[in-house]
Amino acid sequence: MPIHDQGYRRYTGVRAQTGRAWSVIATAGIRTLLAKRAFIGLLLLSWVPFLVRAVQIYAAANLPQAQFLAPDAAMFRSFLQQQEIFLFFITVYAGTGLIANDRRANALQIYLSKPLSRAEYIFGKFAILLALLLLVTWLPAMLLLVIQVMLAGSFTFFLTHLYLVPAITIFSLIQVATVALAMLALSSLSKSSRYVGILYAGLIFFSQAVYGIVRGITRDTRMAWLSVPLDLQQIGDAIFRIEPRFAMPVWSAFLVIALLIAASAFILERRVRGVEVVA
Amino acid sequence: MAEPGPVVTLEGVTVTYGTNTALCDISTTFGAGAVGLLGPNGAGKSTMIKSLLGFVVPSQGRMRVLGLDVAEAPLQIRARVGYMPENDAHVPGMNAVSFVAYCAELSGLPRVDAMQRAHEVLFYVGLGEARYRNVETYSTGMKQRIKLAQALVHDPDLLFLDEPTNGMDPKGRDEMLELVRDLALNKGVNVIVSSHLLPDIEYTCRDVVVMDKGRVVAHGAIEGLKQPRGRVFELRVKAAGGPERFIEQLRAAGLECHATDDDVMRVFVPGEGGAQRLFELAAAASVQVRHLRPSVPTLEDVFAQAVGEE
Repeated sequence: MPIHDQGYRRYTGVRAQTGRAWSVIATAGIRTLLAKRAFIGLLLLSWVPFLVRAVQIYAAANLPQAQFLAPDAAMFRSFLQQQEIFLFFITVYAGTGLIANDRRANALQIYLSKPLSRAEYIFGKFAILLALLLLVTWLPAMLLLVIQVMLAGSFTFFLTHLYLVPAITIFSLIQVATVALAMLALSSLSKSSRYVGILYAGLIFFSQAVYGIVRGITRDTRMAWLSVPLDLQQIGDAIFRIEPRFAMPVWSAFLVIALLIAASAFILERRVRGVEVVA
Repeated sequence: MAEPGPVVTLEGVTVTYGTNTALCDISTTFGAGAVGLLGPNGAGKSTMIKSLLGFVVPSQGRMRVLGLDVAEAPLQIRARVGYMPENDAHVPGMNAVSFVAYCAELSGLPRVDAMQRAHEVLFYVGLGEARYRNVETYSTGMKQRIKLAQALVHDPDLLFLDEPTNGMDPKGRDEMLELVRDLALNKGVNVIVSSHLLPDIEYTCRDVVVMDKGRVVAHGAIEGLKQPRGRVFELRVKAAGGPERFIEQLRAAGLECHATDDDVMRVFVPGEGGAQRLFELAAAASVQVRHLRPSVPTLEDVFAQAVGEE
């Protein structure tokens, strides 16, 4: 007689209310990525600029001859711009397969046969990218601010630059939400994560190349809205109260990003379904 | 637990994909226990299941599952049902136990309970020894079992099994059918088995809904449907130029007739005096009757009659 019946038994335990499945998706996705050494390596590499900036703040606070390194709003803006390269690689590494792999393995019908809505599924996948990307943008930028306060030994800089907290937060969120949604939308278009990576690189570099050609012809930066990364840079400058680097109006950059987010949401609404209908 | 009354109800449900009508004004019910959803490929069985899960929105009609309206409470329904899809489906990059536990967590089970249930269910479906292997390395039969495991792990009240024995070898198929029977008979889980394989339905289910071309053509208890409203005979004839002309004559006389794999045909003769009538028709057509044996009606006869299959 077996000491433990391994047959099927009815479940009598508790069940969570519906509406929390997105956190299960997000947690599992983050855990899967953090189990990969290459991804950990990429994350560590993305914190190197943080270390450099921390040294800069330390030097400015402790060495009189290094006063020219003293932090200002432009330093934080410049730090976030430096992180864009890591934003790109982490988005490609972590994001390309998020929906594409599920579509390849027909996992969508498994997910959507559980008590979760399509919006919850998308939000769960979005939360994976959001968390990982904020880990290399918002978190180190805020830590730099904390380090500045600690090493300076006063709140003077912090109080005179109080707007940096919302600026870092809002810009990081805009930056991360834009690339995360765009990547998810592209990931939902294909069953091949490699193809999704190419599409994403195309979105970034092709828009940049088109703008480069237009600028070469017109010798004007008013058409910078053609490039998605430059739209984000223009928005960043406005949020950090820095002189905008392009002649285009800030509202046009906001408009392009808003349209990109709307298009991404539309694609996700169309593509994330339990059944694929070819009419 | 088995629900009193119908587990699933469809009222005038129509589903269209573009210009194609997949389900046409379907009204039927599925009772408690194991019910077969039988029909040839393209009959609309999978579409019906996907509609009940809320994947496909009908253009008209109403559906209720476990007493809940599909249009109003899809998430509450999905919390209480399990779905085993027809084609291969898994969450990539996971081993079996992680995958099944993940599905349990998605269904609202706490993490510890989800892992415990995953181990239990994997043993139940026969994947206990292979539970730490990546699902992508599984054979077709193992993939069928893991799909059943993920559908069962949260202990649903109703299971939708879409072609559960697809691609399985005979031994695996028998084991899968045993599992389905056990769930319905001993574990109190209501099961709807969609299949085009008559023996699978006949072995596992008490009731059947037969579909063809998007419509329900017969439904009820299998034993009831098999009750003769006439008699079924196995018949082999010798006719100049082949039996085709005689088959046409039998059909013209109002008899159901369909060929089997060998040269024996099965003939359904409605009413009384079946054998006598066959001899008279054979004599009139100058056909020699070489073999005539009364037969017990099978689900295949019911199916053939219902869908008008030759």
